[in-house]
This record gives sequence, C-alpha cells and structure tokens, in this order.
Amino acid sequence: MDDLYRENILDHYRNPRNSGHLDHPTVSAEGVNPLCGDELAVELLVTDGVVEDVRFNGRGCAISQAAASMISDAVKGRTVADVARISREEVLDELGIPLTPIRLKCALLSIGVIKVALAELNGEGIPAEWAADNEITWKSA
Amino acid sequence: MAVAPETMPLDAERIKLDFPILQRPAHGDKRLVYLDSANSSQKPRQVIDTLSDVYETTYANVHRGVYELGVAVTERFEGARDKVAGFLNAPSRREVIFVRQATEGLNLVAYAYGRKFIGPGDAIVTTEMEHHSNLVPWQFLAQKTGATLHYLRLTDAGELDPDSLERLGDVANVKLVAVTEASNSLGTLNDIPALARWAHDRGAVIVVDGAQAAPHRPVDVQRLGCDFYAISGHKMCGPGSGALWGRTELLDQMDPFLTGGEMIRTVDLERTTWNELPWKFEAGTPAIAECIGLGAAVDYLQAVGLERIAAHERALTEYGHSLLAEIPGVSQYGPEPSRRGGVLSFNVDGVHPHDVAQVLDQDGICVRAGHHCTQPVMRRYGVAATTRASVYLYNTPADLDALAAGIHRVQRTFGV
Repeated sequence: MDDLYRENILDHYRNPRNSGHLDHPTVSAEGVNPLCGDELAVELLVTDGVVEDVRFNGRGCAISQAAASMISDAVKGRTVADVARISREEVLDELGIPLTPIRLKCALLSIGVIKVALAELNGEGIPAEWAADNEITWKSA
Repeated sequence: MAVAPETMPLDAERIKLDFPILQRPAHGDKRLVYLDSANSSQKPRQVIDTLSDVYETTYANVHRGVYELGVAVTERFEGARDKVAGFLNAPSRREVIFVRQATEGLNLVAYAYGRKFIGPGDAIVTTEMEHHSNLVPWQFLAQKTGATLHYLRLTDAGELDPDSLERLGDVANVKLVAVTEASNSLGTLNDIPALARWAHDRGAVIVVDGAQAAPHRPVDVQRLGCDFYAISGHKMCGPGSGALWGRTELLDQMDPFLTGGEMIRTVDLERTTWNELPWKFEAGTPAIAECIGLGAAVDYLQAVGLERIAAHERALTEYGHSLLAEIPGVSQYGPEPSRRGGVLSFNVDGVHPHDVAQVLDQDGICVRAGHHCTQPVMRRYGVAATTRASVYLYNTPADLDALAAGIHRVQRTFGV
C-alpha cells in the first residue's frame, strides 16, 4: 500500500494536466460519485474524428484527480474510435498502483466521463458498462 | 499542548486483551489502531465464545422443539431478550422485539405504525442530523401516506437548533417525531426527554434511534420518555443483531410488519390471528445465535459498566479533540467535546477524506471517510465528506496519539 501515493501520482494531483475549460468544447460530460463526493467534468474538442483537446475540472480525492490528469494526456490526439476502445484495465495499468474496490471507482471516474461524452457525441446513450454503475450519476451535454 | 489524561476511567489496555482482533497487527508489522467503532464495533472473546457455544452445545430452532435441545435453545434465546430488556430498562420483556439491526427496527415502526396511523394532512418531524436510516423511512412514509415531513435544523455548532423547534410549534397534526439520541457523524447528544415532552404535548409518538447511544452510555427508555427505541447489536460488541423496544399499548394496536411463521397464532385458509407480543413482530426463524450473542454483549458491557464506558469515551474525546485542535489545517465538526459522544469528525485542508483515511491505513489506523450516511449533515457544513475517528471502551490515549501522528504524515505526504 505504501506506493499508493508515489511521487508521480502526487505530481499529477498537485499539478493536474489539462485542467480547466475549453472555449468551444464539442461535447462535455460529468460524473458525480456521492459516496465520496468526487465530481469530475470533461470537455472534449473533437475535429474530424480526432480528440484534439481535452480539459477536466472538478474536485475529489488524489486518485480521481491524478487519474484524470494522466488520462487527459493519453487521449489527446487519438481518434474517437481509439479512445472509445480504452479499457478500464489500461487506465489501471497506467496508474500502476494497487487499489481496493472502493478506490477503483475513484480511479475510473475520468475514463467513465470520457466514455459518456463520446457516447453523447455519437448520439448514443450512456454506455451499458458505465450505466450499470448505479453509484455514479452521469450527465452529458 | 494537549496532555494525555494521567488516569482513565477504564483500563483499556486490559480490555483490549478481551478482543482477539485487537491483538493482530495491521499490514504485517504495524500496531492495529481501531478508531471506527461508530461504524461497527469489535467483539470480545466472551461474545465470540458464546456464538460457538450455541452451535456446539445448544443449537436447534426456537419455540418448536419438544426435545431437550429445542427447550434449551429457547431458554437461551428468551434469556437474551430478558438481558436486552434489562439493558434498556424496558418495563416488560414483551416490548423487546429482535430485529436485524436498528435500521430494521426503525423501518418496522415506519411500516407497522406509520402506514396504519399516519395519513394525508398529518405531519412527521425529524432532524437534519439523522443517519439515513432514520430519515429515509420517514421521507418514504410521507410520500406514501401524503403526510408532510418537517426537519429540525442544525446550528453551526452541530446541535439541534431550538429556534427551528420553535418554528415547528405551529405545525398541525404532528403524529410522529423521529430523532437520534446521538449523532453518528458529529457526536451530538440530543435531549430526548425534552423532545419526548414536545412530541407528547402534540399527541405524537416519538421514535428514538439509539444505535449510537446505547453502546456507549446507560439507556433507560422509561427515563427518556420515548415510545420506540432501536439499537444495533453490531455497534455494541455484539454480532449482527438488533432490537426494537416499543410501548405495549402501541405495539398492540399496530399491524404486523412481516408475516409468516412464528408471528401467528392460528392460520386457516381465509384468515390468520396474530401471535402475542413480542413474537407478533418476529416472523420467521430469527438469527438465534446472534440474538443470544447480543445477550452476551449486554453482559459484557454491563460488567464493565456503561457509566464508566461513557466517562472513558468522554476523556478520550476531549483528549483527541485537543490533539487535533493543535494541528494547523485541521477543521473539526460537532459540538464541544464535553457535549458529545465519542466521535471526532474532521477534515485536513487540501486533502480529500478518502486520501486521509488511506494514508492513515498505511499506519494501521482504521477510520471512516465519507458522508457517514448523513448527506444532509455534510451539505449543512458545506463539505462533501469528512474523516471520522470514533472511540470505544478498548481505545487508549495512545490510539489518539497515533491518529495525530498519522495526520502529520498525511500532511507531509501531500505537502500541505
């Protein structure tokens, strides 16, 4: 457990990448986990099927905020289809820290809001695998 | 400078020896510091052994057997009811109903009393500080019956606001008041006798959630003047179990909650007559060993002494409060420590409560982080969550020293 708050996690938490708002987002979504009070919103700028820019804003624990920061770097410049294929496992591998079941939700909130935003972009409902998580409230716009 | 009390009302180091789990280390080599008893308490050897003993020597179903085991287990089961009745100072053992936990006891009242005696135009009063288990049943009851729901509010200091009680003075047809004796997220102790008089002046009944009070201080339902009182065994050194006490005249008027075996007297194809109290409310085979274990927990707590447990926790809470008050960047919630139960609810500036709890866990310290099933309380104080350390008879000042040292480590880890 000692490496849960290793330096790169704390660095992403203290200095989150791609934090704030976009001037003209193509699509946005937010997720709220009332269990711990994590709130996270994502804004995506999508041009010709490519995620050109991304911003996260919200509040929450170090794990959820650091995961958002790391995933934001990872999705920039990738195609929508590519991002839609990112799995939970890839995100957890990227974080590289051992997480208990309760903290998994923190770690996966950011990829969840991205998936919800992309579903909105494609005119689809909230993806089934994320909608099934009844602890988190998703909204997209 | 916070100074640890020189003498404590209880020798908690000796009491710890009764709790096998408190002998195990955390994360291999750390001392386990359990500060989450408001969530669920640990169990003494006496309770654990009772569970084994029931299964090894006396197990069969209750109230059925003509054989020796059936008679013996029924005696132990009903004996546990006597112990709980004595623990609550209930006027009669017939008024003590075994339930799964306080939540079920409160729901029993909401259904079996509320659905029968509350209707459109009636009012229900509860408080902003309730655990969801003493809020949601009343909200749901109001929605289902057309009654209105009113709330006593919290002061900035974490106590029930007397002005809000004053404002509710004009509400007509108050039929039921539901309040906790002790807040699980702030530690606030409520003046139940005064609230009972307020309810009874209006012809209302008062339901008390005793889950956070009964484990920690003497309870006397007659002195409190309440009509219903619910407890959870798992928070008072017992197994998963609970009890609801209610006044006979009310229980007699109520319909059953769950129906099935045990709660009947005669059944034919057209109609059924109910069993007498308390079994009218105990449908199905109960959690036999757990209820007997709850009786063992009552024995254990009474042998230590509820007055001494309360005094011990007060000393711990005052010490813990003074330790946390010395740490810059720590905000505390709740009334003055002399006016509350053994709960320390706090936040560390710049660190989410889940991260606080996670770093504390690395030092073997168990605390709860979250909204503590009191989301309205969190909103009242403008926070999403808090970290909560809660103490019990087996905690020592050294446990709180470990907490304070752990918080310093949290601050170092996050650079705040």
